[in-house]
Amino acid sequence: MNAPLGALDRPNSYIGRSVSRPNAARLLAGRGRYVTDLVLLRMLHVAFLRSPYAHARIVSIDAEAARAMPGVRLVATGPDLARLCTPWTGTLDHFKGMKSAPQLPLPIEEVLWSGQAVVAIVAETRAQAEDAAEAVTVAFEELPAVVEVDHARAPGADRAALAVADNLCFGSRLDTGGIDGVFADAAHVVEEEFHFGRHTAVTLEPRAILADWDPSEGKLTVHHATQTPYQFQDLYSRHYGIPEASVRVVAPDIGGSFGMKLHVYPEDMAVVGLSMLCGRPVKYVADRIEAFVSDIHARDHRVRARMALDDDGTILAMDVDDVTAIGAFSTYPRTSAVEGNQVIRLMGAPYRFHSYRAELSVVFQNKVQTSQYRAVGHPIACAVTERLVDLAAAKVGLDPVAMRERNLIADDAYPCASPTGYQFEALSHQASLAKLKAMMDYDGLRAEQAALRQRGIHRGIGIASFVEISNPSPAFYGIGGARISAQDGAILTVTPSGEVRCQISVTEQGQGTETIVGQVVADQLGVPRERVRVITGDTETTPHGGATWACRGAGIGGETALQAARKLRGNVLAIAASILQAQAGELDMRDGVVVDAASGTERVSLSEVARIAYFRSDTLPRDLSAQLSVAHHHAPQGYPFAFTNGVQGCHVELDVETGFVKILKHWVVEDCGRIINPLLVDEQVRGGVVQGLGAAFFEECRYDENGQLTNGSLADYLVPMACEMPDIVVGHIETPTADTELGAKGCGEAGTAAASAAALNAVNDAMSPFGARIAQIPMTPARLLKALGTI
Amino acid sequence: MKARAFSYVCPATVAEALDAFAAAGSEASFIAGGQSLVPALALRLQAPECLVDIGRIAELRGISQDGEWLRLGALTRHVEVHDHPLIAACAPLLALAAPFVAHPAIRNRGTLGGSIALADPASEFPAMMLAVAAEMEIAGPAGRRRVPATDFFQDLYQTAIEPGELLVAIHIPVARPGHRCAFDEFARRRGDYAIVGCGVMLALPADVVNEARIAFLSVGSTPLRARAAEAALNGRPLDAAAIRDAQAALASDLDPADDEQVPAAMRLHLARVLLGRLLGKIAAAA
Repeated sequence: MNAPLGALDRPNSYIGRSVSRPNAARLLAGRGRYVTDLVLLRMLHVAFLRSPYAHARIVSIDAEAARAMPGVRLVATGPDLARLCTPWTGTLDHFKGMKSAPQLPLPIEEVLWSGQAVVAIVAETRAQAEDAAEAVTVAFEELPAVVEVDHARAPGADRAALAVADNLCFGSRLDTGGIDGVFADAAHVVEEEFHFGRHTAVTLEPRAILADWDPSEGKLTVHHATQTPYQFQDLYSRHYGIPEASVRVVAPDIGGSFGMKLHVYPEDMAVVGLSMLCGRPVKYVADRIEAFVSDIHARDHRVRARMALDDDGTILAMDVDDVTAIGAFSTYPRTSAVEGNQVIRLMGAPYRFHSYRAELSVVFQNKVQTSQYRAVGHPIACAVTERLVDLAAAKVGLDPVAMRERNLIADDAYPCASPTGYQFEALSHQASLAKLKAMMDYDGLRAEQAALRQRGIHRGIGIASFVEISNPSPAFYGIGGARISAQDGAILTVTPSGEVRCQISVTEQGQGTETIVGQVVADQLGVPRERVRVITGDTETTPHGGATWACRGAGIGGETALQAARKLRGNVLAIAASILQAQAGELDMRDGVVVDAASGTERVSLSEVARIAYFRSDTLPRDLSAQLSVAHHHAPQGYPFAFTNGVQGCHVELDVETGFVKILKHWVVEDCGRIINPLLVDEQVRGGVVQGLGAAFFEECRYDENGQLTNGSLADYLVPMACEMPDIVVGHIETPTADTELGAKGCGEAGTAAASAAALNAVNDAMSPFGARIAQIPMTPARLLKALGTI
Repeated sequence: MKARAFSYVCPATVAEALDAFAAAGSEASFIAGGQSLVPALALRLQAPECLVDIGRIAELRGISQDGEWLRLGALTRHVEVHDHPLIAACAPLLALAAPFVAHPAIRNRGTLGGSIALADPASEFPAMMLAVAAEMEIAGPAGRRRVPATDFFQDLYQTAIEPGELLVAIHIPVARPGHRCAFDEFARRRGDYAIVGCGVMLALPADVVNEARIAFLSVGSTPLRARAAEAALNGRPLDAAAIRDAQAALASDLDPADDEQVPAAMRLHLARVLLGRLLGKIAAAA
């Protein structure tokens, strides 16, 4: 399905091919090495005693009995670690007026959420540490817990964190002007109040960290289940006062992350300090119960929104108020305001309109922190926009697809900008919608729907167009003062045997980063894919870079690999030309052999070139400067973000007696630019859709009025399972970005961005004969029965 | 989390198991398939000092028919209930319910006796014991006794089994040709604990219901028989009016608690929908 490859169209091209993941067999064979699997000599284990209260003052801690228990090596509290580690504050400079309470590995005076780690118990085994934790007594003085968002925002409200003046973390406003007039004059206005539940990542592998402080040379090695080893190298260095070059962070095999594993967690910072205090390696693995009360949560928005239209259904304006509750402090170093910021900036993004106003309030409360999770902000903006579009279509009397055909930004209208300030290079909304309509046989489904309604079977069809942010430039974090790189680096080497080693800063969490990097290198260098070994996830062996998040692995990491491979290819051909006494420009490398470019005649193998360069350099000219190792760094230039787009369709059947929904089928057409590996793109999209459907129907972190999480286990927190998931059909449009040679944009968030919106529209469509509607996810049977007036 | 340390014994006979339990005092637990106990140990919700593993006691295994009764050893695994031809022939309601019990991995390890002794009101098999009129055979220091299912389930996780006693077998009257049964449940995801589940066993020798047994799971602190609904059916043809009356009667049978996710009114409503569908299915097939 790839568009013409142009300069990339070479013999043995791997770009655009469904190459299987070379590391999949190892992981399936149980030979993965996750942090949990690592055992170091003299390694200790830590268990944390956690706060039972959502908000409390620590009066006293009695750990004497615990210290005397078998195997216990250290019991540490807030002050012990505060002597080693400087506090952190989760704000960014470009979010004006943002505030948050400083945090430490363990609290000294005040606990801010139920489940916050208070005391660390280090012992020879985890079981011993847990035994001793039961012997620690903490006297708490309970403080008023701020739980509900309106309670948090009320004048004179109790404060979620006593160190900040009020519960507003950050507020922002966008206004193109004149909006009240547009709404007053509009032929139609539709509005809705939306509620988006909190949910969390639930990675297969939980958070895990093994810190190893070696006092003999002042060196810290941290084996860390993270997406961003370089970010943590910087943080451990600065907060513990260790020179950066003496901090090594290794991210081995990672069992999923979805954004959850790039934030600073107090336990992780504590483990580093505990290793320093003990002079021994210390391991912490969050169990599933701990994960629910300490991993970041996500979403949690209440959005009031309205849309103005003229009498033929053309969108004129949107007016949005988003209130999002983020826990008691903003996450470090990426903050907890990025999601809300993206919500208000992605509103209406697929559509052509000019008047926009939005208000964002990011609010503190005594729950676990929320922060960036797959498709940050996208599902909220998409669901609000797409639901309003459907409401508008109903009001104007248009079919939902026709409504979108009328209002989507035309494929020939680029470049253009959204009323929220995003600049779009080239998107394909119209082509995507046309393709989706054909793929799902939209008209056929509508006819079937009408016929089945006569028999009391209520099916619904939901459509959701979306825009996705990918390939972020320094405009994302760097501009706000965070030491989070927007560039990536690669070192590419031909080994003496003529194999290729690629050390690159993007990282692998199961999505296939190493596979696509290997494809790009093999393709551009002209060697078989099996001869390229990709090494990631170790600050000691790979160059500094942003790593993998926000859909940047393929677009930025891939371009880095492409440029590095072209550089190395030039060097190989220069050496080969010298050996062959030919012109480098007349040579090419194909399938690991230097050939005559015009005729394809084999001239010399890469392994022979490598042998001569490494072992018989005496036979080469003294002035030959070409080398068999190259380094290359690439940062996005041009557009601040490479936006992508697509559209999803969801088909459901609602049992109107029970409120249960069966998801019948789901379709996605997405445009991530150049597709490097169709198999992996499709699986990214499908996985993303499943997470979006999870949010739509199942996943929700529920709290009681005291700020206690009431469903913090996998028995009670419902993740989407295979039995409930539909077939997901994926199609593509390819609009490469012109900002890079590779032309790849991100695809990792596409599925999640719009799946819940499509599902919300589908369920509302199914309920439409009953005059019922819902604007809350997850759409549980109880909420649907309430919407239907049954209970 | 990791379980607290405990001692472990693995007796070969029921007598040895009872002795081992008695020797450990009140701080012992029997363990069979471990599908509920092991997670509870790992979460430190339970911390017995001694585990008495009954998994190797041969007497507790096996499914056999003896005249009008079917005997299922307490160690019968859920997968055997699911697959065994004697269950399909003699206790078809259990075979219908078995696919709804958790997931295959759990069914491969979990035991029928363990499920019934735990008496989780949200589990399928304890409730079905009421519908099939099972009798539990309990061994203790004072000997053995059989307790009918209606007397067995006493309160939340409380049964007629006294501390130090062991459930050794389940006896079920063999279903007769005129018996009709049906099972279904509403669960958010396949294999989850149901919001409500129901098994129906009707003696329908001719056109008239002469004995109805209707058992619900997930509607109270114990598995529950819906006696008013049963009464609404007994002596009547299984027609739309009888079904409606049985559904209406559930208001006096069930008094579900209000729960964060499932309001009491919703659970009662779903119980009615479920019962109506099950009875309708039996009526349609009759």
